[in-house]
Amino acid sequence: MAPAVEMRSIVKTFPGVTANDGVDFSVEKGEIHGLLGENGAGKTVLMSILYGLYRPDAGEIYIDGERAEIESPAAAMSLGIGMVHQHFMLVPSLTVAENVVLGREPTRKGLIDEGEMLERVRASCAEFRLDVDIEAPVHTLSVGVQQRVEILKALHRGADILILDEPTAVLTPQEVEDLFMAIRAFTDQGKTVIFISHKLREVLSICDRITVLKRGKVVGTVEASETDMGELAEMMVGRRVVYSFEKAKVAPGEAMLTVEGLEALDDRGVPTLRGVDLEVRGSEILGLAGVEGNGQTELVEALMGLREAREGRVSLGSTDITGASPDERIRAGVSHIPEDRHKRGFIPDFSVTDNLILGSHREARFTRWGFVIDYEAAAGHAQALVEDYSIVTPGVGTHAGNLSGGNQQKVIVAREFDRNPRLVIAAQPTRGLDVGATEYVRKKLLDMRDGGSAVLLVSADLDEIWALSDRIAVIYEGRIVAVRDPAETDETELGLLMTGGRRG
Amino acid sequence: MVGLVDVISVGLFAAALRMATPIVYAALGGIFSERVGIINIGLEGTMLASAFAGVTASYYTGNPWLGVVVAVLVGGLIGLLHAILTVKFVGNQIVSGTGINIFAMGFTAYMSQIIWGSRGASEGVRGLGTWNIPFIADLPVVGPIIGSHSPLVYLMLVVTVLSYVVLFRTPLGLRIRAVGEHPTAAETAGIDVLRVKYLCVILSGMLAGLGGAFLSLGHLNLFTRGMTGGRGFIAMAAMIFGKWMPFGAFGASLLFGLADALQMRLQSLGLLPPQIILTIPYLLTVAVLAGVVGKARPPSDYKPYKRE
Repeated sequence: MAPAVEMRSIVKTFPGVTANDGVDFSVEKGEIHGLLGENGAGKTVLMSILYGLYRPDAGEIYIDGERAEIESPAAAMSLGIGMVHQHFMLVPSLTVAENVVLGREPTRKGLIDEGEMLERVRASCAEFRLDVDIEAPVHTLSVGVQQRVEILKALHRGADILILDEPTAVLTPQEVEDLFMAIRAFTDQGKTVIFISHKLREVLSICDRITVLKRGKVVGTVEASETDMGELAEMMVGRRVVYSFEKAKVAPGEAMLTVEGLEALDDRGVPTLRGVDLEVRGSEILGLAGVEGNGQTELVEALMGLREAREGRVSLGSTDITGASPDERIRAGVSHIPEDRHKRGFIPDFSVTDNLILGSHREARFTRWGFVIDYEAAAGHAQALVEDYSIVTPGVGTHAGNLSGGNQQKVIVAREFDRNPRLVIAAQPTRGLDVGATEYVRKKLLDMRDGGSAVLLVSADLDEIWALSDRIAVIYEGRIVAVRDPAETDETELGLLMTGGRRG
Repeated sequence: MVGLVDVISVGLFAAALRMATPIVYAALGGIFSERVGIINIGLEGTMLASAFAGVTASYYTGNPWLGVVVAVLVGGLIGLLHAILTVKFVGNQIVSGTGINIFAMGFTAYMSQIIWGSRGASEGVRGLGTWNIPFIADLPVVGPIIGSHSPLVYLMLVVTVLSYVVLFRTPLGLRIRAVGEHPTAAETAGIDVLRVKYLCVILSGMLAGLGGAFLSLGHLNLFTRGMTGGRGFIAMAAMIFGKWMPFGAFGASLLFGLADALQMRLQSLGLLPPQIILTIPYLLTVAVLAGVVGKARPPSDYKPYKRE
């Protein structure tokens, strides 16, 4: 039997980058095939070619043994290929049903036939056993449910080959289990699934076969039953990766950050922090676990003075900083790695030097006569940081936006850690980074802790929380519902706490 | 104070509907454009150019209906220009729109000089006249308000309803809304995003063109320099105030139309200096926008869309 998908010698280059360099990729009918690789390895590009979003520069595609020219997503869909993107392709203000039928709406006399639309979508829900409220506007749904809508949309359009791009990145452990059950059900119905991920454990647990990509090339395809995490990691990175850190035993110091009864509103004016109590001590990493949207973003902003605290107190050491401006907080010794690095972390159009002195640009060492920036001193400082933090850049004058994601993050980390902060607030510090950069940033966080700083680590990645935290706090609906010693809890308990299933 | 009572009359409401008409057309045009993520600040200039084109066509052919058709075509062409600049070449939407406004202002005055020997005004042309709607025109109160108007006033009512139906009841409308709010989602659903954008921006120009045709052929029966008087901008305010919904924009336009009508009547009373009274519609615009800006959620982020 011909393979469901066969891609031969696919080449795709973007200005300055070869994303796919002669990739051969083949998927059997009815299998769950993992596509594994670091960020930038070319996984998403390869699948975007299969889905008609990009045209390859060279190479051929065969679907069920037939040569196919896939010029657009519409063409891919007519060949039975569906894709669930990492960033959802749902229109927030439209209902689930409208999103599902968008582009192929049932009509009567030129108008949308609402009854027929609902009936068809409901039928698909039943057929694929996906349970959603199809009349709800998408923006009212949780991320996990939105993903279900994406899958429903693809299957409703007759997808036999379903591409899932990093589907578990935004899910809780329980939601991941549900997703895996759904995926297995699809293959039972004869459908084929391509599962893109950089999480080894997941790929091993769900996939039949795994293809590893590295720098645009195929490293190899292996049977999941005949490999292990170590081998896959080596294929991905090209060397052994340390998966558990040697954490030195350090006795925690005095309370550095104390939060009492903190309340704040979100951007829409909804009370989102509803009485947060939290303490982070010196020489300690406190991991904050939680499903995204439970107040993490607002908490970090409130702690940095970017969001008004309506009630409660925030203290740094013995100083009350509740009403302090961001600048005052920075000078008091708070460093911040923001969750959205493009929005808050750095300025892409500024040079590496400018980005490295942001926030400290008024200090005497970077100024002349008290008001003009001393660019020589700044560049010298930047050069030193680039070396200390192994930032890969053509020079300190390069626009920071031209660096890779990992190096952009290193610029931020270098700037923030160079201030010798008493408190580090790290929000999603390794999001979107490849294995190498992730390892680096995590090690730096541990170094800060060993050096006596207090670290508040906010992460959606439970593995990261596990690997680094001395204590784990769980946030749910704007409150800290539990604080646990990592040695005395497990993933199931955390998962339950994160979803409000159990009170601490 | 007898004067003030006289001001509030059925005649005032009839005038309000009339004054609202060009604003409604342009606001609907603004809605279609912004619903696909293109700001059309050139509505003002488009209306002006169409008002001029309509009068010119009527002047040379003696057929005001042909004038309306020409006005709509010219509006559509200007919309096409705006679409080419902002969709195809991903140019700045404000620069393109402002360019249209400045060009329309200068070009119409210049051509008016050439054709009629006056920069200020054209000669009078044959207009569309008024329709008396049988039965309704004879009703008390309602009759004088809506019974006897330019055909373009009635067309405006039809177009408002049609705009609603198209946007919220047809597949095209669903696609328009998807394109504005999440173009990549629309593209991956197999929708030709650029085509929908072109269509809507052209339609936007055509609707503004109808507004212009009403001003020159349905109202004054001549062209005067700068005769749109900022109505294109007021229409944008009405669009925002009406939350980018056809009926909302219609209601907001009526409010502005009422302010305009009131202003004209108050002037005739001579209670206040006319310069002050003239500012009423514009003050209302500022007040309304100050009240809703920040609360109004646009249907798009207006970022240019590029296919990879």
